[in-house]
Amino acid sequence: MKLTSWGRYPRIEAEGSHFETTEQLRRQVVRDGNLIAYGMGRSYGDSALNERVVFSRRFNKILHFDPENGLVACECGVSLQELISVFLPRGWFLSVTPGTRLISVGGAIASDVHGKNHHVAGCFSSCVDSFELMLPGGEIVLCSREENSRLFRATCGGMGLTGVILTAVIRLQKVKSAYIRETVKRCRNLEEIFHCFEQYQKLPYSVAWIDCLESGDQVGRSVLMAGDHADTGSLDIDLHQPVSVPFDFPGFCLNRYSVKLFNRFYYHTRPASVEKRLVPLDPFFYPLDSIGHWNRIYGKGGFTQYQLVLPKSASYEGLKLILNRIAKQGLGSFLAVLKLCGPENGNDLSFPMEGYSLALDLKIEKKLFPFLDELDRMVIDYGGRLYLTKDVRMSKAVFRKGYPQWETFAELRETMGMKEKFTSLQSRRLEV
Amino acid sequence: MNLLILGANSDVAYAVAGAFAGHEKASILLASRNMELLEKKVQDLTIRYGVEVSCCRFDVTDFESHASFYASLATKPDVVVYSAGYMPATQEEAQKNYKEALKILAVNFSGAAAMLEVIAADFERRGHGTIIGISSVAGERGRQSNYIYGSSKAAFNAYLSGMRNRLCRRGVHVMTVLPGFIHTKMTEGLDLPGLLTAKPEEVAEDIYRAFRKKKDILYTKWFWRWIMAVIKGIPEMVFKRMSL
Repeated sequence: MKLTSWGRYPRIEAEGSHFETTEQLRRQVVRDGNLIAYGMGRSYGDSALNERVVFSRRFNKILHFDPENGLVACECGVSLQELISVFLPRGWFLSVTPGTRLISVGGAIASDVHGKNHHVAGCFSSCVDSFELMLPGGEIVLCSREENSRLFRATCGGMGLTGVILTAVIRLQKVKSAYIRETVKRCRNLEEIFHCFEQYQKLPYSVAWIDCLESGDQVGRSVLMAGDHADTGSLDIDLHQPVSVPFDFPGFCLNRYSVKLFNRFYYHTRPASVEKRLVPLDPFFYPLDSIGHWNRIYGKGGFTQYQLVLPKSASYEGLKLILNRIAKQGLGSFLAVLKLCGPENGNDLSFPMEGYSLALDLKIEKKLFPFLDELDRMVIDYGGRLYLTKDVRMSKAVFRKGYPQWETFAELRETMGMKEKFTSLQSRRLEV
Repeated sequence: MNLLILGANSDVAYAVAGAFAGHEKASILLASRNMELLEKKVQDLTIRYGVEVSCCRFDVTDFESHASFYASLATKPDVVVYSAGYMPATQEEAQKNYKEALKILAVNFSGAAAMLEVIAADFERRGHGTIIGISSVAGERGRQSNYIYGSSKAAFNAYLSGMRNRLCRRGVHVMTVLPGFIHTKMTEGLDLPGLLTAKPEEVAEDIYRAFRKKKDILYTKWFWRWIMAVIKGIPEMVFKRMSL
């Protein structure tokens, strides 16, 4: 079968099988050869791609709920969307959620995803109490901060390379409504948006859309969206079927002029400043989930997301340089997102570090990869790193410089036999 | 409402349970062979929908046990879904090995015929109830690549049609469900046409809506009614040379 992930690049020929019980999974794991777990296929690059994969989607049962403390035990194939639709009406919401609800719990742990509240709540792993992991020999171990903590730190953010996550116990947060009190601020340039992020740091959620095609004194023109859970409003949520992009857009639709037009339109249709307006939670967290197959607008050739983070002290200077370089190249992106992250956690390969993260979606084309190599050098020079979940092309050297703990991670994989068993195109490219 | 699902470990059965639990707050009894899986589904459905769910072991091909199985149920169901189904990865296996062919017939048809008679008798006596048989469009015309499975479903279709005829004046409704392609574990190895292939949840929603409307025959997705009309309309002389 053909297999790809959200960026639709690369597409490979692969063999895949579903599992519904741990026994079925074990039979796949102990078979000769290597494999990787594949959840909802929402990582952008090649981190879930391998010649043989196991699909976790059917391993999606919710096993236990403790309504006193908001603890959920579930299998790794359960999606965040399912958790929201089951538990939000009862007053519980995810403690950490990324910008899409269409990912699995297993994927959220393996990518150690972060969201708009990273600066206060940390990564997804911070709400994970424990999980069960299937190791190369088919044995199952329980991992938490107390038990097998080494495996816990390697698996959260470990891109599925330490084993297959089976079940997890995660902690939800109590909310009073399915609404958000949102503040929106338009910022004319990078200096203003940095200032805004600092100013609204106390709000649990903040993120900014950023226009990457502006340069000079307008570089970093952006719109900050910040908010907090509202106290009023109902708990009902309607996660309706999305409208789908029906076909691949032809490649020429997306160029610097159309993106520039879109960006101008977007910027000027946002309110200059709004405080605490009540908006439904769904479009606040998941604006793109309302459009099915939005990856098709990047055309048949696919796209990638380039997400970097720079340490806070270097963020302003570094981002200014990088944004100017992007604007000069004219590789605009509809969806460029800026976010102030909080301190890093101790996991081997978790992405966020205290500083600013920038993410842009870019259509795959010939001149893209050499250009990104150039950006890589800037990111590394400023002490930053790239997000593995979005990556499809970074070099081994860039990975090693960005993730100083790569060596202990690789060592663990070596000694526990994970290196031969759990591999992806990404792990082989990065030689980890 | 009490819902009994026979062959409850199929993907469609799980989705149907979800649809009836969500819309109807039905109490559900899941019956199948793999208890490990069933018990997980009981927990899952209980948490998701806040309804009463339980499970018990049941083997459609163990014909002898059917009557005592039904007698043992403390609460008798109002709605029964027969969703047990079996299809080998390729028909060749059944062509070469008659045991495979008999297993297909036993799970898809004989088991249903044996079990549903017991239930029909009870429903007839009580003067109410609904029997939903999950069959297949494959039963509408035999094709070279799938006629053994298809014939078991054809028999099931005829069976349901006759039972509907027998029970319609007794307050008992019988619905035939004819799904086309669905993404399930049964069709996992097959290369299915994406646009024509439904998700189990979509099929389950269709089934629930049709149940509410008391439909006799449901094609799901809807376009299969028209696809099958065309396929059934092809003269046999032409059809025998085709490879569909």
